[in-house]
Amino acid sequence: MAENKGILICGEVVDGKLAAITAELLGAGKKLSAELEQPLGALLIGKDIEEVAQETIGLGADRAYTIDGPAFLDSLPDLYVALIAAACEKLQPSVVILGQTDMGRDVAPRLAAKLKTTAVLDCVGLEIDPETRALLQTRPVYGGNATAVWVTESQPQIATLRPRSVMAAESDTSRTGEIEPLPIVVEDSAIKGKLVETVKTEVEGIKLEDAKVIVAGGGGIGGPEGFEKLRELASLLGGTVGVTRVPCDEGWLPLTMEIGQTGRIVGPDLYIAVGISGAPQHMAGCSGSKCIVTINKDPDANLFKESNFGIVGDYKQVMPAFIEKCRELLSS
Amino acid sequence: MNIIVCVKQVLDPDIPPAKFKVDSASKQVVPPEGIPPVINPYDAQAVELALRLKEKQGGKITVLTVGSDGADKAVKYAISMGADDGFVLSDEVFEGSDSFSMAYILSKAVEKIGEYDLVLCGRQAADWDEGLVGSIIAESLGTSLVTLAEDAEVVDEGLKVKRVTLDGYQAFIVPTPAVVTVSNEVGQARLPSGLGIISAARRQIPVWKAADTGIDPSLVGSAAARRKLFALSVPARERKCEIIEGETPAEAATKLAERLREAGAI
Ligand SMILES: Cc1cc2nc3c(=O)[nH]c(=O)nc-3n(C[C@H](O)[C@H](O)[C@H](O)COP(=O)(O)OP(=O)(O)OC[C@H]3O[C@@H](n4cnc5c(N)ncnc54)[C@H](O)[C@@H]3O)c2cc1C
Ligand SMILES: Nc1ncnc2c1ncn2[C@@H]1O[C@H](COP(=O)(O)O)[C@@H](O)[C@H]1O
Repeated sequence: MAENKGILICGEVVDGKLAAITAELLGAGKKLSAELEQPLGALLIGKDIEEVAQETIGLGADRAYTIDGPAFLDSLPDLYVALIAAACEKLQPSVVILGQTDMGRDVAPRLAAKLKTTAVLDCVGLEIDPETRALLQTRPVYGGNATAVWVTESQPQIATLRPRSVMAAESDTSRTGEIEPLPIVVEDSAIKGKLVETVKTEVEGIKLEDAKVIVAGGGGIGGPEGFEKLRELASLLGGTVGVTRVPCDEGWLPLTMEIGQTGRIVGPDLYIAVGISGAPQHMAGCSGSKCIVTINKDPDANLFKESNFGIVGDYKQVMPAFIEKCRELLSS
Repeated sequence: MNIIVCVKQVLDPDIPPAKFKVDSASKQVVPPEGIPPVINPYDAQAVELALRLKEKQGGKITVLTVGSDGADKAVKYAISMGADDGFVLSDEVFEGSDSFSMAYILSKAVEKIGEYDLVLCGRQAADWDEGLVGSIIAESLGTSLVTLAEDAEVVDEGLKVKRVTLDGYQAFIVPTPAVVTVSNEVGQARLPSGLGIISAARRQIPVWKAADTGIDPSLVGSAAARRKLFALSVPARERKCEIIEGETPAEAATKLAERLREAGAI
């Protein structure tokens, strides 16, 4: 068998544009390509995507591969599994990186099974071991309580990369590279079922992932009414509100607002945590925040250990004066 | 409708972070004393979804777990929730198995059980959080698959499953037999009933060894693993926290706002 070679990133096209994760995958891929001294390829699936394919070359791909197909959310994942598996069989890369996205987290495990290798999902770090040349795949385990580094002993080494865990590649439009369409035909038998509906719930205001300021509330808020004060502060600071698992379980707010391991992964400049204990599964989603502020009545709450500033007290007594002072400072 | 649910016993994910320890040299988690393992919360939710389907459709729920001593507790927990039957898959040769071997072991047991319409798994096991086994089972059984389900119902053509996406959901109709991995969006798992606990406690859970399901020992265990743990550590996430104090909560609040302003955070 020929030796696998090269790094292949599976980029994503959404509404005809390159999704943000693609530039991050290329950022990670460029580094690996330099460390391994092997070329970097970018695979894209979509309709009429020559232009976006050209963009991946500006972002560092040596070669872009395009496959004609629908957007991921407009198809059964089976299609993407079959397309990407066929592309990998043709290209025989040594490293395949997808995003830990709707697409990647579904496709990577089955892709691995089809290619008789394994996959390491939700990586926050990828590097090449200088000694063995193996891909070191770093990811949180045990709900964020620990960090594991995995090595894959079969080929290709497949990983998914958590969004916003590496710097996005910067574009250099003077770079050149070839675009190669891959004609892949998927047999009907590979598609087991059909998509009947795709529903997108529009979020009002700022998306948690994009927010510079997040005021997050937990079980300590005590009920849906308590969140009024949090919303007031968030809008004053130009941010938005997030929650832990508890307010969702209690039915105060929807799960779409949950931050954490199984919720949204956020990285604002300022994270104000109110009535939150700081369980690892929650911190897994917000520990990348620049500045963390905790308001909690329990001085032993774990979150204080992971915060920059804190007040030990009842949020109901702290919030009004805090909001008032913030308003005053921001208007002066 | 015959449903098979794969459940794993894990270290209680709700232990306080201060109690969580790893031995970096041996790359192992040191289980805290006196805290019993629990059924993986997502697997309890998979049992919940199975029970809801059974309530509507009728049928039988069989639970499978791969584990060593005490693994029958996870099966008994599922039975106390309302599952009908269960098996423990246990053999020395299974030790150190990776997700692929685990999926192989479970697939062989599913094949031995024979008649099934649906295999349910959790979206991930709350210990290593890998999120692989369910998808690989579908691949080795050659069935249809939907991951991250928040709901499932029986329809004429098979199963209609809603898959959670970042901004909403997708609904698929897939033919049965199918594998579905269950996400926490299905809602909280019911607690075992008193009667359920009593009847589960009395049950003897049969144990299947490798040979009982025709498992090839060379395909399981650490020697067959496609990946190895290179390092394991507890992340250093601690920050130096400046506690803001005041005569009254309001005074502390005012000071906090001023400190954040000074620090350029607001
Ligand atoms: C497999 C798994 C996955 C999970 N995934 C996630 C996830 O993605 N995201 C997530 O958030 N959780 C997740 N969890 C749940 C997580 O383990 C914790 O249970 C949860 O984060 C706790 O939320 P909390 O801190 O809001 O609530 P609690 O732990 O109930 O803490 C409430 C805090 O509020 C304080 N408080 C109470 N009253 C007041 C008051 N008046 N003023 C000020 N402070 C007050 C208390 O001192 C306490 O510290 C997961 C759990 C499991 C098992
Ligand atoms: N040892 C096991 N026994 C039974 N089921 C398992 C086992 N390991 C994993 N599973 C199933 O596979 C799912 C995903 O596990 P994982 O891929 O390890 O995160 C779990 O939620 C279980 O449903």
